[in-house]
Amino acid sequence: MKKVVVYLMSGPETPELAAAAAEGGADLVELGFPFSDPLADGPVIRRAAERALREGMRTRACLDCLARTRELTPDTPLVPMTYSALLEAYGWERFAADAHEAGASSLIVADLPAGERADLRRIQLVAPTSTDERLRLAAEHTDGWLYLVTVTGTTGARTDLSPALAALVERARAVTDVPLYAGFGISTPEHARAAAELTDGIVVGSRAIEVAEDGPAALRDYVRTLRDAVDSVMAP
Amino acid sequence: MTSTAGLYGGYGGRYVPETLIPALDELERGWRDAQADEAFHAELDELGRTFGGRPTPLTRAERFAPRKRLYLKREDLLHTGAHKLNNALGQAVVARRLGKHRIVAETGAGQHGVATATVCARFGLECVVYMGADDMRRQRPNVERMNLLGAEVRPVEFGTRTLKEATSEAIRDWITNVETTHYLIGSCVGPAPYPEIVRELQAVIGREARDQFVAAEGRLPEVVIACVGGGSNAIGIFAGFVDDADVRLVGVEAAEAASLGSGHAAVLHGARSSVLSDADGQIEDAHSISAGLDYPGVGPEHAWLRDSGRAEYLSATDEEALAAFRELSQCEGIIPALEPAHALARARELEEELVLVCLSGRGDKDLAEVLAHDV
Repeated sequence: MKKVVVYLMSGPETPELAAAAAEGGADLVELGFPFSDPLADGPVIRRAAERALREGMRTRACLDCLARTRELTPDTPLVPMTYSALLEAYGWERFAADAHEAGASSLIVADLPAGERADLRRIQLVAPTSTDERLRLAAEHTDGWLYLVTVTGTTGARTDLSPALAALVERARAVTDVPLYAGFGISTPEHARAAAELTDGIVVGSRAIEVAEDGPAALRDYVRTLRDAVDSVMAP
Repeated sequence: MTSTAGLYGGYGGRYVPETLIPALDELERGWRDAQADEAFHAELDELGRTFGGRPTPLTRAERFAPRKRLYLKREDLLHTGAHKLNNALGQAVVARRLGKHRIVAETGAGQHGVATATVCARFGLECVVYMGADDMRRQRPNVERMNLLGAEVRPVEFGTRTLKEATSEAIRDWITNVETTHYLIGSCVGPAPYPEIVRELQAVIGREARDQFVAAEGRLPEVVIACVGGGSNAIGIFAGFVDDADVRLVGVEAAEAASLGSGHAAVLHGARSSVLSDADGQIEDAHSISAGLDYPGVGPEHAWLRDSGRAEYLSATDEEALAAFRELSQCEGIIPALEPAHALARARELEEELVLVCLSGRGDKDLAEVLAHDV
């Protein structure tokens, strides 16, 4: 079955929101650990990060949020997504150990490309600009699945699914058998369906954060529309 | 690219989204090709001479520092009024060699934005400059210059509304338009190979100043002093003397933007360096009367020079910089930018007699800010 991944920013309501996302059919939840200067993020996630930091969501508070989410949603893998600056300050190995202790299944570091700190086990990202050689390197080092960034750009909803995705999937399939999940710019069930035709899963971030503003029930219903769209794609 | 490339001690590196890695590899190859190509150096020398006004003179400041033999390296006399043109010209030539026709840049005081807009006009390149909304207000004449030169200045309305946010937004533009666009970074910061490229392009300051100082005094200076925001004028003048162990190297930061004096190892804008940051790695705000020093980070090579002890870093307050700004104007008939006024403030206190100061830019842009402090 193809996977639905939902990104949420860490915050006081996150455990309930993550539970609602799981109820709506999310297979995995990414928990954003906010950074003051997030280079890979567009306006929605940037604003969510600014707000989370104002609310005191520093690294320790995010790890506590992760642990509470784990208790409330015991069966859904949880993956912190953050930036190098937080790990540099907290200690790279200590961060990985404490996140694992708090219930993380893996880790995503948006500004730590494949080849850098290769000993830090994490889900690697690749982009339409990645060379075949870099696709191979990222696939070799990735933890479970490969995160395909569908656009050359930052996070955020787009009108249409990126036309660059199909070629990226084709190049990735040629070098690896690991599952490929597509993210960045996916916001509607139509996008989700179209992306799932090509890949093994989809990631929704900015739009999920906007919907989460309206509470857990709205998020659950939204995720269900994505779940249904992805499930409507026949497995090959 | 291995994980050890582009490192100064443990500083530097490439902490950027994957999307940019191929572009950084391409830039690195293009830079190495250019470095190995005599035609590139000849073109840059020619542009520096016939367009930029190089070599810039060395001026003795006898009334400003009567008990010393203190010399100013006059980058304020370079075309566009600051050392920033050295880097902008060089990177524009590299961008053309790479076939990029669109340039994005960030600017704080506006000097790098003006230099970038200038070279883009000279070469017919499309130019977009990101500038914090607060800085646009503080440096209005430079915004008008950039517009006149045909650049589009995009205000950055979130976060600190200064250079830090403008830099993040320029990098986000580059991520989005990486296939057509060269990011013309203004200081020796950012992911590898930028710190090296900017240092090499600014090293002309140190090469010239070394020859000029020896011609004037028959020996090397005892101390070389420059202001440090991101640190490009300092790294450029230091480059001429870093191998001369007897020459003391001193950088001067703004007191409330002292990334080297009071920062911690942290990651900002694609590199690990010494950064004003808290215990969680979140970046803190810098404050300075000088928009060009109002930046919480610094080039990774400076962090390494500090740790190795080869260079030392002092600071000066807004008031000290303002006093030096006025005194140089009145004693020497040279109105310095507020940025090098920080270096001037510390230069006269040094115990050495033979002093070389990098006068990195002229102060016309700062008149409104200075006059506002007089009331």
